[in-house]
Amino acid sequence: MHIMEGYLPLEWCIVWFVVAIIFVAYGIYQIKKIVDETPESKALLAVSGAFMFILSSLKLPSVTGSCSHPCGNGLGAALFGPAVTAVLATIVLIFQALLLAHGGLTTLGANIVSMGIVGPVVAWIVYKAFTKAGISSTIAIFFAAFLGDLLTYVTTSFQLAFAFPAPTFSAALTNFLVIFAVTQIPLAVGEGILTVIIWDRLKAYKPKLLDKLGALAPNEA
Amino acid sequence: MKHKVINMKTSTLIILAIVCIIIFIAPLVMFSGHGEDDGYFGGSDDAAGEAVEASGFQPWAQSIWEPPSGEIESLLFALQAAIGAIIIGYFFGYWRGQGKEE
Repeated sequence: MHIMEGYLPLEWCIVWFVVAIIFVAYGIYQIKKIVDETPESKALLAVSGAFMFILSSLKLPSVTGSCSHPCGNGLGAALFGPAVTAVLATIVLIFQALLLAHGGLTTLGANIVSMGIVGPVVAWIVYKAFTKAGISSTIAIFFAAFLGDLLTYVTTSFQLAFAFPAPTFSAALTNFLVIFAVTQIPLAVGEGILTVIIWDRLKAYKPKLLDKLGALAPNEA
Repeated sequence: MKHKVINMKTSTLIILAIVCIIIFIAPLVMFSGHGEDDGYFGGSDDAAGEAVEASGFQPWAQSIWEPPSGEIESLLFALQAAIGAIIIGYFFGYWRGQGKEE
């Protein structure tokens, strides 16, 4: 989902930067609030960020014959909501832009919007909807992580199709969706499973903290 | 407050991990014998970059710094994963010990 350095026209870089800055600023405010209210959630923040660090470094093969990486953004979204996850994603994306030439500073805004905003927002909505409907949080987190990952790549496809609608917008979108989203399906399943494993352990070790953050299903609290 | 959190059995966790491994080994078996030279196992990010270039767009910026070789790149990717793994391992170990003392 990394749009490479310099691969977006300037006007689109600016558009995505503006969206990203608003979201990330709100996320920083929220992190301050969460840490003030429940200082013990700092460790959980670190674990969510670390999970993203690991997953986004793993370039995995897919059944389409190309490679891509998962995002790890579903976990943070279920625990802390999408704005906080946007901040965590920004840290990961800056690391990769500066040290790995993956993504870039000009495309940072666009990449934050896909991996840090749209993916986590979808994951968060799915997670809340499933748990409110009485579904176990372990099953909810699977679908949250799966769809969060997939929609991150769908977002990148839309961003590229908006910027390069040649020959037509829909043809360009199909092209980018085939490159990104189809490859991503098995990886998103894998990410869902990995997130379930981490989630199960978090529930075992820190049930009270998860409850305090409102991250458990209503029938589990 | 009473918590009714239900956790999975260790065997279920192991089965899930195995399913995960199968998902990522399957492509290696399916396309065994193919490689980068005949267009397999390339990165989707690069494929998208090529599609953008095909539309006639000239990238207008370049990365400030690029890993000088594949070796250095894999070093930095391994470092990224290691940083994440250390943090998760540290806290999970700490919490597990804490739980046992209680």
